Amino acid sequence: MTDATASERMAPPSALRRLLRRKLALLGLVLIVVVVAGAVLAPWIAPFAPNEQHFDGLTLEGAPLPPDGRFVFGTDLLGRDLFSRVLYGAQTSLIIGVVANGLALTIGTLVGITAGYFRGWIGAALMRFTDLMMAFPALLLAICLAAIFQPSLWIVAMVIALVNWVQAARVIYTETSSLATRDFIAAERTLGAGTGRILFRHILPHLVPTIIVWGTLGISTTVLLEATLSFLGVGVQPPTPSWGNIIFENQTWFQTAPWLVFIPGAAIILLALAFNLVGDALRDVLDPTERGRD
Amino acid sequence: MKRLLASTALMLCLALPTTAQDYTPDPNAKAGGTMTVTYKDDVATLDPAIGYDWQNWSMIKSLFDGLMDYVPGTTTLRPGLAESYEISEDGLVYTFKLRPGVKFHNGREMTAEDVKYSLDRVTNPATQSPGAGFFASIAGFEAAGEGGLSGVEVVDPQTVKITLTRPDATFLHVMALNFSFVVPKEVVEAEGADFGKKPVGTGAFKLTEWTLGQRLVFEKNADYWIAGVPYLDSFTAEVGQEPVVALLRLQNGEVDIPGDGIPPAKFQEVMADPAQAERVVQGGQLHTGYVTMNVTQPPFDKVEVRRAVNMAINKDRIVQIINGRAVPASQPLPPTMPGYTEGYAGYAYDVEGAKALMAEAGYPDGFETELFVMNTDPNPRIAQAIQQDLAAIGIKASIQSLAQANVIEAGGAGTAPMIWSGGMAWIADFPDPSNFYGPILGCAGAEEGGWNWSKYCNEALDAKAVEADSMFDAAEAEARLALWSDVYMGVMEDAPWAPVFNEERYTMKSERLGGEDALFVDPVSIPVNYDYVWVKE
Amino acid sequence: MATYLLRRLLVSLLILLGVSFITFVLLYVLPADPVRQIAGRSATAATVENIRRELGLDQPFLIQYGRYLAGLVQGDLGRSYLQKTEVAELIASRLPATLLLMLAAIVAELVLGLTIGIIAALKRGTVLDQTLMMTGFITVSAPQFVVALLLLYVFAVKLGWFPIGGYGTFAHLVLPALTLGILGSGWYSRMMRSSMIEVLRADFIRTARAKGLGRARVVLGHALPNAILPIIAMIGIDIGIFMGGIVVVESVFGWPGIGQLAWQAIQRVDIPIIMGVTLVSALAIVLGNLLADLVAPLIDPRIKLK
Repeated sequence: MTDATASERMAPPSALRRLLRRKLALLGLVLIVVVVAGAVLAPWIAPFAPNEQHFDGLTLEGAPLPPDGRFVFGTDLLGRDLFSRVLYGAQTSLIIGVVANGLALTIGTLVGITAGYFRGWIGAALMRFTDLMMAFPALLLAICLAAIFQPSLWIVAMVIALVNWVQAARVIYTETSSLATRDFIAAERTLGAGTGRILFRHILPHLVPTIIVWGTLGISTTVLLEATLSFLGVGVQPPTPSWGNIIFENQTWFQTAPWLVFIPGAAIILLALAFNLVGDALRDVLDPTERGRD
Repeated sequence: MKRLLASTALMLCLALPTTAQDYTPDPNAKAGGTMTVTYKDDVATLDPAIGYDWQNWSMIKSLFDGLMDYVPGTTTLRPGLAESYEISEDGLVYTFKLRPGVKFHNGREMTAEDVKYSLDRVTNPATQSPGAGFFASIAGFEAAGEGGLSGVEVVDPQTVKITLTRPDATFLHVMALNFSFVVPKEVVEAEGADFGKKPVGTGAFKLTEWTLGQRLVFEKNADYWIAGVPYLDSFTAEVGQEPVVALLRLQNGEVDIPGDGIPPAKFQEVMADPAQAERVVQGGQLHTGYVTMNVTQPPFDKVEVRRAVNMAINKDRIVQIINGRAVPASQPLPPTMPGYTEGYAGYAYDVEGAKALMAEAGYPDGFETELFVMNTDPNPRIAQAIQQDLAAIGIKASIQSLAQANVIEAGGAGTAPMIWSGGMAWIADFPDPSNFYGPILGCAGAEEGGWNWSKYCNEALDAKAVEADSMFDAAEAEARLALWSDVYMGVMEDAPWAPVFNEERYTMKSERLGGEDALFVDPVSIPVNYDYVWVKE
Repeated sequence: MATYLLRRLLVSLLILLGVSFITFVLLYVLPADPVRQIAGRSATAATVENIRRELGLDQPFLIQYGRYLAGLVQGDLGRSYLQKTEVAELIASRLPATLLLMLAAIVAELVLGLTIGIIAALKRGTVLDQTLMMTGFITVSAPQFVVALLLLYVFAVKLGWFPIGGYGTFAHLVLPALTLGILGSGWYSRMMRSSMIEVLRADFIRTARAKGLGRARVVLGHALPNAILPIIAMIGIDIGIFMGGIVVVESVFGWPGIGQLAWQAIQRVDIPIIMGVTLVSALAIVLGNLLADLVAPLIDPRIKLK
């Protein structure tokens, strides 16, 4: 992703209207609403309990059942209803996606603002540290971190955040440092405004558009990372369904039961796509001077 | 990663040295030809003192030899590099007479010095051998180091005398174990830590090529001391091949044996086709999958709870989940192991009975606990099936699916209340009941870091185990096995484990391979006894 | 320029040092004992302690780290705990496969991305354009393992056009390279598209009478050179992205690269291998970023190399 250039002012309310006028963004929003609805309403919509292993959910030889009247998406390798698991899996992906991204953004913003505003050796040290974290191969780092803690939903979210905060930090840093050198900031200082006041009332508001954009785009990344970690077996603990761990558990049968892989796979793609579409549109709407866009 | 030996149903008794049968060679065997076998994981090392994996165990058997050997396709001991041996009256001194004229791959003749060197080496801490502990009964083991083992003596170039500190009924098996295999001193010293990549032994094959991550090529040792063997001119082991890919290549005729077996998803498809099914050989394994319960942590300190767990697990369903490729287990020993207690029903599946026991123990409403499991398929699935079974009697077990090393750590430290052993389950190192006891059920294994994850320690049973293992005399074999059976029955009384199933092994071979079925589910050489199979051409 | 490079190299060295330290700490803190993995299940307590001593794993953390660094400086990455082979040798035997895959992936993403971008620009505003751009979005939103499994299923299992995983021929390379390449193609297609649109606007006025091929050649002659620098910068970043995720693709396709090596090593806590692969990957990422940064001022003159 290319860096966002400094934005001028906080987005006016008409931005929302401009957003909604864009077809792709609308599509993205609809998808998000669908997934959120699925996740929230899962306890009512799901035909079965997601973790219930049905005795008749497997053939005598232990093969999963294809989609039929009773099991809309078929069953998985433990005889559990795939449709119910995919519904509940939405909860996992959304919660981790949002929480992890929120954490990543918080850390990134703190680091970025501090480095961008205070500059000097603090700024340099923080940015070098950011470079250091960027040099880690992301997945290896995530796997190592996951191995250190006893995994749970929150631990997985934290691990993802620890791997993902770097990009946000860089962007915030660039923006903050260009803001910090502006005249009006210097003016505020001569007027005697304290650092806290400057940061909160003058700098942070200008960062809001960037934060919103990254807050949205970033969820796409965290959703993908959670799926990948679950796929490798180091994500959320079973039997909690996650679209990634459904694929992990059932991939050995994907040649004979491909729906076990491709239905959750499609779900992951749709969710990540939704946030990408909305985030991309937000970026256009909130900052039309971006290069490389239409 | 699975390790080691398997067994067939053919030979059930521990045949004894004085009546060791000689192998009748296959009359149809043809010499010549090559074969390809595939594996998913890379071969770690071919150093017999260190190799302890599924892949390299039988490769090492083809590259090296030990004093003792097994009749191919069976669990019967027979002399190997030792032409004959004598055991002293008290069972403490074994004198082996070596076969003359055996040559290493580099041309040098093997002598008793080499045997001593090899045994000294494997017990030397500097070698870091995982198998050093097997030789604990040899005198001087405690002080093993640069000075070597005081209990191993070179009497003359053809004779080795080994003195034990106690009579050891398993000693001859240990002398057939890879860790005891004979290595040439000069090559080991020249190669150092790289000896594992450039092995030189006395075996039927020599390693001629090893492309890391891709393939290993073994060629026939023309000077092998068993005449006419091996039949193959060479065989190639290709690594990095997924089991599904390997099977497809077998079906295409590109590969002879998928070394990791038939992937579960393809199993039915293969067995449903008669042409393919007849090329599948089925054999038992000396394997048991079990759930361990930490007897030092309440509520598993109550035997009623442990028995309830045994009764709560629906073993048939779990076998169904792994596509029928196992048999439900009733006791720690697998059915093909000598010492197995025939007719013992164990704790039958009985949910109501289990609930009653839970109430009796003071937990009518159940309790919460954790079930640790290794995070590679199919183990998390099996753990979830067990979890559901436990929930039916009120035990809410949350699953901790972790990397293998983490589970082992938790088990050794005693922090895991329940562990499903899948992926780390016990497979016998050699076909003897004592191998299933010491590290995993004995008091010694219950210490910090040991593999006795139940932390189970029954002094009385330990004493019986020691007594059984001191019965080295062939004449006492029956009594010994009966004693071991008692030990395991005692274990089931206390129920520190819930044995779940014993895996079966299915090896599929290509049409061009010949040799009797037992060779393809060889108890000792997995997946196939490379030395004795041949190619019909 | 020379001082800049020197300073960057120094910083890179420090970064690699930092990576090695943090990785070492993480591995030290892992609740898994590598010695138990080496000693195996039949080892006595004495054997375990012996092995621990032999490997120097009973030493305090800083001493262990110090010894590792000392070895590193001499080019010694240590020996695998479980294979006893030199880590450098293991990595060297597998690195070519990973590099080949990355190279092929870069080619794939460029070919795909640029082509799609050009077509989308030429058909700007049409349904085709919108479809192509949407496809771009989708490819960026797909997790690698899903794309990998999809390609494997459709082209290898069902159609049989390619082998089902493995290594050795060009045919083996296609699917894994495509998997990696598809992801990146989304970005390149968008970049190429905007670049092309700008050029088209200009040329359209100037060469209103040019037809078909002529226009294409002129357009390519202008658009491509403009796009080259950002592409190079992106490739630098791509190296980092690839390195970060190569475990998955290598694992699904059975590609014998360093990703697979690292994955196996992590399962068995083979610390020297994990350290080695992390360092090599970090090196690649750092070099990739350096490349991108060197190119940046050439794209945007406002950016100065500091």
